[in-house]
Amino acid sequence: MQWINHELYIAPIDAYIDPIKPVDKAIITHGHADHARPGHQKVLASRQTIDIMKIRYGEKSATSFQSMEFGKPLRINDVTITLHPAGHILGSAQISIEHRGQRVVVTGDYKTIPDNSAQAFEIIKCDLFVTEATFGLPIFQHPSPPNEINNLLKSISEQPNRTHLIGVYSLGKAQRVISLLREAGYDHPIFIHGALEKLCDYYSSEGINLGLLRKALVQDKETMKGAVVMAPPSALRDRWSRRLMDPIICQASGWMTIKQRAKRSGVELPLIISDHADWNELTSTIDSTEADTIWVTHGREDALVHWCKLNGKNAEPLRLQGRDEELEI
Amino acid sequence: MKRFSQLLVTLILKTARNDKISVMSEYFKYTPDPDRGYALGALTGTLSIPGIKPSLLRTLVAERIDQELFNLSYDYVGDLAETVSLIWPNTAPYKEKLPSITEFISKMEGTPKAKLSSLISRFLDNANSNERWAMIKFATGGLRVGVSARLAKTALAAYSGCLLEDIEKVWHGLTPPYISLFEWLDGKTGIPKIQHTRTFHPMMLANPINTEQDFNRLDPNDFQAEWKWDGIRVQAVFDEFSKQLYSRTGDDISRAFPDIVGELNGKAVLDGELLVGDNFKALPFNQLQQRLNRKSPTKTHLKDYPAFIRVYDMLFYNDDDIRDLPLKIRRQKLEDWMKRVKNSRLDISEILDFDSWSRLAELRTEKADTLGHEGVMIKDLQSRYSPGRPKGPWFKWKRDPKFLDGVMMYAQRGHGRRSSFYSDYTFGIWRGNELVPVGKAYSGFTDEELVMLDKWVRGNTLNRFGPVREVRKELVVELAFDSAHASSRHKSGIALRFPRINRIRWDKPAQEADTTETITSIM
Ligand SMILES: [Zn+2]
Ligand SMILES: [Zn+2]
Repeated sequence: MQWINHELYIAPIDAYIDPIKPVDKAIITHGHADHARPGHQKVLASRQTIDIMKIRYGEKSATSFQSMEFGKPLRINDVTITLHPAGHILGSAQISIEHRGQRVVVTGDYKTIPDNSAQAFEIIKCDLFVTEATFGLPIFQHPSPPNEINNLLKSISEQPNRTHLIGVYSLGKAQRVISLLREAGYDHPIFIHGALEKLCDYYSSEGINLGLLRKALVQDKETMKGAVVMAPPSALRDRWSRRLMDPIICQASGWMTIKQRAKRSGVELPLIISDHADWNELTSTIDSTEADTIWVTHGREDALVHWCKLNGKNAEPLRLQGRDEELEI
Repeated sequence: MKRFSQLLVTLILKTARNDKISVMSEYFKYTPDPDRGYALGALTGTLSIPGIKPSLLRTLVAERIDQELFNLSYDYVGDLAETVSLIWPNTAPYKEKLPSITEFISKMEGTPKAKLSSLISRFLDNANSNERWAMIKFATGGLRVGVSARLAKTALAAYSGCLLEDIEKVWHGLTPPYISLFEWLDGKTGIPKIQHTRTFHPMMLANPINTEQDFNRLDPNDFQAEWKWDGIRVQAVFDEFSKQLYSRTGDDISRAFPDIVGELNGKAVLDGELLVGDNFKALPFNQLQQRLNRKSPTKTHLKDYPAFIRVYDMLFYNDDDIRDLPLKIRRQKLEDWMKRVKNSRLDISEILDFDSWSRLAELRTEKADTLGHEGVMIKDLQSRYSPGRPKGPWFKWKRDPKFLDGVMMYAQRGHGRRSSFYSDYTFGIWRGNELVPVGKAYSGFTDEELVMLDKWVRGNTLNRFGPVREVRKELVVELAFDSAHASSRHKSGIALRFPRINRIRWDKPAQEADTTETITSIM
């Protein structure tokens, strides 16, 4: 494929997908900081990704924004661009690009299992499939999220006097965990750290049911006894959390699969809830796209590349700069 | 296994001691016999079942997962049990119920070796990843979930209301599944009867003295002092028919020391230091090491390194349990007994003559090198013999450490919590232009330093040999150690006693590390 390179630069339209440095034309898969950066001239993305970029970086974080609907193709010269849901977070898109009878699909980040807080992933058949590999090792077989939420609810009912403090990334994971709790019938107010506020408001305004949310204020620690409090992982062990009443430290992340890792981060109750595909999702998705060339980005590229080769596919690691595995837990 | 796996997962993740105690108490309270007794055995390391070897696990995985994918995963996780439990294909819905601990053990015991692998596969197929992890840990031995035997017994005391000290007293006379122990803990019967000359009795240990605080508040007249010998702490338990020698942890080491055991006369339980040397003249520790390395000694070993015990305390005098008597009286009884009963391989620990702490300080340094002891012990004359490490009655005052600058040569992965870090290091010093290994150290640094060291190792690897990495000879570390001795087993000709990292010299060039000559000069 001559017209797209390893930096995900599409020559015929002079545009990059998820560039790290400011560029003239950028197509953005989703709002996470390792994909969406401020400072581009023109940004093409889903409406929700644009909204999220504006919330996080400001109205003027790009010179112009052009939004696209899922499934509605856009033709520029002889290139056709279509966004398809990636199932990762609200508004997250796979970018399909067709040119000269060939189709490339760039996933950004994705997962294929159901999630009430994001549009459902779609399989797009293609010639070249650019997949993420955050959890690209066969040890990652994520359990079902409702099962993990049950563990949390069980712990809450067993230790009703302690605060369950859950570390969640502020975009996507926070809202998903809240929405899972609501689905499971948990109807108490949920307390959220200030850093989560704006994005939770946005999700609610987009019709995601987050129920009653309250700001977690240290002076209310008595009220938060027995409650669920959500905060970004960085806040779990700072002064803020130490002022809570004897909290049980939880963290919702695919990384929690590895017990030694959970232990090292001081997590007592790991919740294996991931917004990224696990090994089985990755490999079955690759198969379903019927692509014969696979490019693998951010994560454990080596294992997935090896698997592709074992299964008769051409595969290469991209080793893109700036994709931060630790950031988007 | 379901409850047991939940217990292990909780134990490994909880950091607070009280949380660990409370989940164990719950478990012991609500789990039926004999499951809870086997679990207790697994937690305290007293359970021995026909286990499985890591190589068997690897073979089973290789039948299911591509080798390269397994290697990449193992390298990422760092712990075999965890890697296997995670990578094992989930085949839910499960066909069979998970076995209880007791069923697990009896199936393992009742299965011939050749069929063991299909049994294990079936167990693993019918479990989730946490249950697989628990079963693998259980079957390979060594749980490493951050629970000491002492903590498990503390949980027994917590759920039953019985005294920890009473549990300790009978503990070593009992074995899994501990039916009589739980009967007593549940309040159904009295404390189990133990034959005192057939079992190990937990030892009393000393705390390091705090020279600034303790000496100001303690009166030297209330204490006795003895040399602290550099051997191994042992307990001799014997009567006319049965004679045993136990290590500090309660391991039976009788077979390694027939020269002592064969010469034990009388009926007593004694506490002392095992040393080697002719006529009660102690040789340096690494000569004793020659004997410790073997399960049973050769004739040459018996001749060159004859073993003896320097006795310093007495727990049972014939059939009398004298542990609750003050040290002063126990000592009199010991002296009396030693006079009456002839024992060619026992001598009695000398009581030092001092009237002030400063005089003791002089004694401590004066004879450090000539006599080969490693400091002094200071014991309250009124102290009872209480198992464990009670704060107050007994102190150790080690001689000051020595230091050297070594260069890191190899690094190896640690265990348990450290399994994904390179935390065990081999250091070398210069002999001419060549670095020669002088010792291993895996302690003395903070968690933050460990992260930095691990990163350094990964970024400076020259070669890999299985779990060991050879690194660039560039990082200097100041090692503290108690003493140095000549050794033919080390390429450097030097063996260090208790080497540990004192500080990392990120700034120091490797050329400025120490040489074999400087270390030989302080030996
Ligand atoms: Zn993302
Ligand atoms: Zn990403």
